[in-house]
Amino acid sequence: MAKVPFGVVNSEFASSRIGEGMPQIFSKNANGVARFVIWGSCAVLLIAAAIGVILPRSDLVTGVGEPVAQPVPFSHKHHVGQLGIDCRYCHNGVETSSSAGLPATEVCMTCHSQLFTNADMLAPVRASLASGTPIRWQRVNGLPDFVFFNHAIHVNKGVACETCHGEVDEMPLTRRAHTLSMEWCLGCHRNPERNLRPPQDVFLMHWQPPENIADIRRRLIGMLDIHPETMTDCYVCHR
Amino acid sequence: MSAIAEKGSGSGIDIAALRRRLANGRDMWRSLDEIAGTVEFRRFVEAEFPAIAEHLPAKPNRRTLLKLMGASFSLAGLAACSRAESIVPYVRQPEVLVPGKPVYYATTLSSDGFGVGVMVESHEGRPTKVEGNPDHPASRGATDAVMQAAVLTLFDPDRSRTPLKDGEPASYGDFLKDIAALVSRWTASQGQGGALLLDASTSPTLAAQVDVLRARYPKLNVYRHDPLARPTAGQASRALFGSTLTPVYHFDRAEVIFSLDADFLGEGPGRLAYARDFAARRRVRSPADWMSRLYVVETSPTITGATADHRLAVKPRDIEAVAAALRAKLGAQAEAPRSPVDPTWMTALSKDLVAAGRNALVIPGAHQSAFVYAIALAANAKLGALGNTVELIEPPDTLQVDGDLTTLCEAISDGVIDTAVVVGANPMHTAPAGLNAHKAFSSLQLLVHHGLYRDETAFLSHWHVPAAHELESWSDIRAYDGTASLVQPLIKPLYDGKTLHQLLAVLGGQFEIDALSLIRQHWSEINDEAWRKALRDGAIANSAAKPASVTAPPDLGGLKPAVQAGGRIDIRFVADPWLRDGRFANASWLQELPRPLTKIVWGNAALISPAMAERLKIENGNVINVAANGVSLDAPAWILPGHPDETVTLSFGFGRKVGSVAALSEGYDAFRLRDGTEWFATGAAVTPSTNDMRVITTQHHQAIEGRAIVRHASLDTFRQDPHFVRKDAPPSPTESLYPDWPYNQEAWAMAIDLSACIGCMACVSACQAENNIATVGPDECERGQEMHWLRVDRYYAGPLDAPDTFFQPVPCMHCEKAPCEVVCPVNATVHTHDGLNAQVYNRCIGTRYCSQNCPYKVRRFNFLDHQSFDKDEAGSEQGVHNPNVSVRSRGVMEKCTYCVQRISAKRIQAQIENRDIADGEVVTACQQACPTRAITFGDLNRKDANVVREKTAPQNYPLLEELNTRPRTTYLGRISNPNGELSKPGEAIDD
Repeated sequence: MAKVPFGVVNSEFASSRIGEGMPQIFSKNANGVARFVIWGSCAVLLIAAAIGVILPRSDLVTGVGEPVAQPVPFSHKHHVGQLGIDCRYCHNGVETSSSAGLPATEVCMTCHSQLFTNADMLAPVRASLASGTPIRWQRVNGLPDFVFFNHAIHVNKGVACETCHGEVDEMPLTRRAHTLSMEWCLGCHRNPERNLRPPQDVFLMHWQPPENIADIRRRLIGMLDIHPETMTDCYVCHR
Repeated sequence: MSAIAEKGSGSGIDIAALRRRLANGRDMWRSLDEIAGTVEFRRFVEAEFPAIAEHLPAKPNRRTLLKLMGASFSLAGLAACSRAESIVPYVRQPEVLVPGKPVYYATTLSSDGFGVGVMVESHEGRPTKVEGNPDHPASRGATDAVMQAAVLTLFDPDRSRTPLKDGEPASYGDFLKDIAALVSRWTASQGQGGALLLDASTSPTLAAQVDVLRARYPKLNVYRHDPLARPTAGQASRALFGSTLTPVYHFDRAEVIFSLDADFLGEGPGRLAYARDFAARRRVRSPADWMSRLYVVETSPTITGATADHRLAVKPRDIEAVAAALRAKLGAQAEAPRSPVDPTWMTALSKDLVAAGRNALVIPGAHQSAFVYAIALAANAKLGALGNTVELIEPPDTLQVDGDLTTLCEAISDGVIDTAVVVGANPMHTAPAGLNAHKAFSSLQLLVHHGLYRDETAFLSHWHVPAAHELESWSDIRAYDGTASLVQPLIKPLYDGKTLHQLLAVLGGQFEIDALSLIRQHWSEINDEAWRKALRDGAIANSAAKPASVTAPPDLGGLKPAVQAGGRIDIRFVADPWLRDGRFANASWLQELPRPLTKIVWGNAALISPAMAERLKIENGNVINVAANGVSLDAPAWILPGHPDETVTLSFGFGRKVGSVAALSEGYDAFRLRDGTEWFATGAAVTPSTNDMRVITTQHHQAIEGRAIVRHASLDTFRQDPHFVRKDAPPSPTESLYPDWPYNQEAWAMAIDLSACIGCMACVSACQAENNIATVGPDECERGQEMHWLRVDRYYAGPLDAPDTFFQPVPCMHCEKAPCEVVCPVNATVHTHDGLNAQVYNRCIGTRYCSQNCPYKVRRFNFLDHQSFDKDEAGSEQGVHNPNVSVRSRGVMEKCTYCVQRISAKRIQAQIENRDIADGEVVTACQQACPTRAITFGDLNRKDANVVREKTAPQNYPLLEELNTRPRTTYLGRISNPNGELSKPGEAIDD
């Protein structure tokens, strides 16, 4: 029996079917639509992925750089930048406690019982002292509840206020200077050396590193007994 | 299907067969179910989390699954968003307070009316954790399980929040108005018809206030209702020495101790100090060391009996005969009376006691009759121990009362009393059976109740005034040795509660006085400087009672045996070790804390001996009807190996209907069967029924089967073979496929001395308080899903009717080659540089592979959200949380962390000071609470560390070392000191 070419039979069969007038399932531009959908979905996925990566890190979500409205428009620019008050005057727990602490109303009033005693701006402070009701400040630098950050150890080991909180002496209203994301924290915990300075200088603003800073930092790591290999253990921050 | 129901379906235990099997063997066993290999036990062993399948919802269909997935994706993003929150600083910051740093205050907690000193940790004015006060004689730095729950009771949302007049909220001002009327009435009538009903208390200020009230109202009657009162010490000493005295024991001097039904490690105001001294004389680390010996004859199994070198269980009615036999053996009595105890046992005991001479110690149970008490005191005098191992002091409790609840009820019925002020006590729950206290109190014209809760008595009263919690109060109280201890508030009363001193002052017409001045006035003879020192120390210096000098008469002062035996069966009443008379019934930590011997939670059972169960043909959980004194109650039976035969142990504290947590618990109210304040009843009838009641026990949870888990030896064996723990131990491999870790910094490790562990459960309670461990409730406990990071396993060895009992605390082993770490798909359980197996809650996705792979079964999984995360929605109970530990949510694995928050705090402190962490600086919560110092924790890399010394003891062994997990937690095998002249404990009375 002679072999019939497979394709011929098939085409005959196909043409006979078409000849019978069966309607086309796909219109002529179906190919274009398909291509558009395929490529389009890829693009959407890519964009979504990009947004997923970029958005959580953007200032929009992290709140970096966004001044936070406060019941009293306290200006670090004025108090730190212009008057030169030390950080520890108000944040007095920073060297000994996990929490740096916010000043009690009484601390504000040590000066403001003498200065700007009638300023409208300070009315909530005076009211707080008179009534005994605390001022409710809005948190600027917040961490989730499962993160146990300790100010004292950072300050004592040569991590400056400025390193995390930015140049607060230029902030009329305090804003977040860094994302405070886990990625950002780990950046330093993995390699703390580049953020160290001599502990006596941690409260200085706009600190200019001396020329031999690389050498100083290397020595600081040894002197302050810093062990970066232990600083990425989960329980260092999560307990 | 419940555990009990399943057992009922044909897997009954043949007790006689078990007895034969165990008669000669020294196998370790956990329960009758285990040796019998019942379905129930197999189920707990085979299933990682038993009954999980029946707990899960029906299998979701595909559509539901997709919906859930969609929701979880969209929520995944939200979870990371933080809401804006405010920071609220002080207006005037207290001088000593730095936010973020806890402050510790010394105060005193009351335990059955006696003080135990504590240090309470306070975070920004919020008390979160109770620790023992090392400077206080009754604490010595230790706490018990109940004291740990003081912070929980403080924040209990069920606490009474407002004064109630006839059940309706009213103001305190209205109360004062009504009391002012009462005061003027009493002033006119000299207190005619008035009664004051007080709780157990040794407060000197209270005694003085009562005297003042009596002077003001001469006809006022003062009663005391203490359902857990143990008044026989006074009776016995009056008969013997002519004055009321109470003994204080010195276990640090005792060589041979004989306890006549005294649970000195678990009961009584001096138990923590006694446990510390007792364990210190039993620390054997080398064959040259020496240890004391303890004989116990007891009427219900206790933790003291479990620790004993020789223990006998006798019926309550027989204790007096045992005491008389002792007296005869010591030569003070000619004829030897009939004794239920084998004469050889008695002879060996008395020879031992006589040989120890003044270093012997005979302790009577405080609930025993004056006859037993007097014999014990006389025996001590005869042995020369009086003044050495036992001293007699003036009782710390100096309050003179006109009678007890029974006299009060009679007076009310007689129409003598028409007004009663109840302070602290809850007679409607704790009244004896024969007394219709409800009827008597209902007929009062005015009933004022002062208490922490709106309890049974408060419901009946015309006025209820919320009491201030101990942690909110100014007060004073005496310790077991008479040391006057100060109670200072950690927090302002949350619900404007008043202290009992304030209430008594109000009755005396002082309406405005504050709580502090009442105490300060009483101690006005000490100057301000001494007062401040006393507040700092927690106790007033040198206020302990001086020992009285007495000489014992040759006779017993006319005391006779008290037992009138009838019938065959005795009842032994005990206070629940945690709930006491029921006052702590609303503390979920205590409800869920397994009882030391039965491991029962969320309820009580009637404890019986295996032989009695055999006779009555009953099994665990079968309801029995116990009748005595003309009353009866139904209770689930629980077969307790080592329980005296023909005796039923009933415990107080349960059956309360008031309080949302208390209502969850199951159990009977033993007060319904109790006559007066008796601790025994004879002539009881026990009738089995066909019903079952649920008894929840954790004794099978996390079972490790058939391996040498607890290793033990006698002192003689230890001396011959100090390395007895290695005997028959399977060889341990030396190489491992697991990664090697360098430990260049610290290497944290723990050693647990099984000789010292008395099974008191203080460690478990402390762990729960420190680590924000959730309670899960009775249903979850029944499924084996309790969350305690640390458990105390109880094992038996030897014959069924008189086994040796062993306790073994099991925290996470922190293996160096940890099987849990390698199986986690998301790296949520990781090895740290100092050798901890850290659990990262935020990474955990709940596969539970780690728990499956853990040979020690120390991991706990949150099947449900046990604690609320919404700070506004959660009630006041969230106040108890330790701010340094994450609260875990559903779907997350958790386990012992070696108190990593404490390690971190000390490391940060040391790093700030640029030094190494000192040995003993890091103290875990379990270690800190332990009364016997059984737990040692420290850094293996420090050669001088205590923990290294402990681990180099010859009897140190790791659990399941053949698995090559190299645990950091190891155990020191238990060493007992039996008398060579006696065979195995208990064998003498078998059959």
